[in-house]
Amino acid sequence: MELLNALILLLNYTIVPAITYGSQLALGAIFVTLIYGVLRFANFATGDMMSFGTMFAVLLTYYFQSIGIGLGILPTALLTIPFAIIAMILYMLFIDNFVFKYYRVKKSAPVQLAMVSVGVMFVTQAIIRIIIGPFDRRFLDGEKFILKASEFKEMTGLNEGLTIKSTQAITVVVTIILVSILFWFLNKTKTGTSMRAYSDNEDLALLSGIDPKRVVMITWIIAGFLATVGGVLYGLDKSYKPFVYFNNMLPIFAAAIVGGIGNPFGAFLGGYVIAFAEIFVTYAYKKFFTYLLPESLEPDSLVQLLSTDYKFAVSFSILVIVLLFRPSGIFEGKKI
Amino acid sequence: MSFFEGNKMTAGYGNGPDIINSCTIKVDRGEIVAILGPNGAGKSTAMKAMLGLLNLKSGSVVIDGQEISKLSPQDRVKKGISFVPQTKNVFAELTVRENLEVGAFLREDDVNKVIEEIYNLFPILKEKSSQVVGQLSGGQRQQVALGRALMIKPSILMLDEPTAGVSPIVMDELFQHIIKVKETNVGIIMVEQNAKQALSISNRGYVLVTGENKFEGSGDELLNDPEVRRSFLGG
Repeated sequence: MELLNALILLLNYTIVPAITYGSQLALGAIFVTLIYGVLRFANFATGDMMSFGTMFAVLLTYYFQSIGIGLGILPTALLTIPFAIIAMILYMLFIDNFVFKYYRVKKSAPVQLAMVSVGVMFVTQAIIRIIIGPFDRRFLDGEKFILKASEFKEMTGLNEGLTIKSTQAITVVVTIILVSILFWFLNKTKTGTSMRAYSDNEDLALLSGIDPKRVVMITWIIAGFLATVGGVLYGLDKSYKPFVYFNNMLPIFAAAIVGGIGNPFGAFLGGYVIAFAEIFVTYAYKKFFTYLLPESLEPDSLVQLLSTDYKFAVSFSILVIVLLFRPSGIFEGKKI
Repeated sequence: MSFFEGNKMTAGYGNGPDIINSCTIKVDRGEIVAILGPNGAGKSTAMKAMLGLLNLKSGSVVIDGQEISKLSPQDRVKKGISFVPQTKNVFAELTVRENLEVGAFLREDDVNKVIEEIYNLFPILKEKSSQVVGQLSGGQRQQVALGRALMIKPSILMLDEPTAGVSPIVMDELFQHIIKVKETNVGIIMVEQNAKQALSISNRGYVLVTGENKFEGSGDELLNDPEVRRSFLGG
């Protein structure tokens, strides 16, 4: 019984949140990796682009709520995602056409494009602040819990409760659907294959008649899906605060690099690696050990390796370690 | 009038000096033409000019009586001119089959039939069809490169040093494959360093020196020409 309690405790406070957070990171990491693989630069505007897409979802949610459209037990935000994605894609294509395209045509060095993306990041941040402001916003409605701790305790008779928030379930389901469609698209369709071919060998792709403009456009469209969905899921689960998205860029880049930058499946797994590492290292295990150890050995301290304030140090450390020892990423696999 | 002609082509890179000067290359369907010459003679440049990878200052490129000097390389590919570069001529991260599929990107019809034909031509590719090309040997990669270029069913195939960096045995095998391709009524232009072997399978050859046509003739003529032998074939 004690063992079971300990396991439920761990499941509730680390594994379930880590899977959720990992899914959100994974979507961002695939976005980073895709842009890097096809357009060949590190997009520092990743976090703020995710924030930008989410902003539309937030605003539309408020609007839908005001006119009484909703999804019942599901969050209204799900209904707004398609519109937010369209707005996001339009913004990305606009930016690409007026900013990135110029440097791409000039065949600028990747580092130059990365610096340009920093500029895009600042502009995007400013736009977001003008439109919605820097404040923390909650836009989750509908049923908050699928499984409440009290219900779980009643069902099982355990001391520890297991909570599953609806946002956690939605995150996992939506991520699985989106990522499955993406991998099917990249690996099984003619357009997806042409994207991978373009990423692998640009000159030969041109000689094979692949249209680079089309590849770039499709890349941004996919990026729009990933950025918006990833951003909205994160915002629903925590809350929408523009600056947090900028902060999330570190774990997102870490995930992309852990997975081998340019490798979408690696980025997907990398998201979970980072999320689990972050949560396992910052969780206070005191209660966990209280269940498992005899009373005489019970720990006095929190048994927390790092304070949650330092959670970014975890992704940063992983990033450094991977770059030092396995710069090509820890997962084998095809690049985009 | 040959099927595919580069007439009196003069071209160079960017604003640099002319690399080829009034250079003429002609090929008919079902014939192999070798372009030979010392380093820096403009062999690859002549080929790239015919493909449209660099602009002509003067001269013309004609296929089947149609002037195509102003077309982009992609549009020339649509006219049935396929090119295998010397390096990076495969998609190393894609499987063999995907390489072939990308080669057929411009085709609207059923690709599977063409892929079967390529598999018949290069049986090893069928065996390795789901393997990533980066894991194949040099000779196998060259076959993938040839196969990819043949997917559009070209009338003209241009090969830039197809046997560079492969062992002599593999080279012989590749030349056999090139002959098989020729027999499917494709005109082949190839730039080669291995001049003797290249001439032995070629119908005709051109020897370029400093961007100009120096000698031309059938493979045998060139092989037996004392001056050509002395200057380019090592006695």
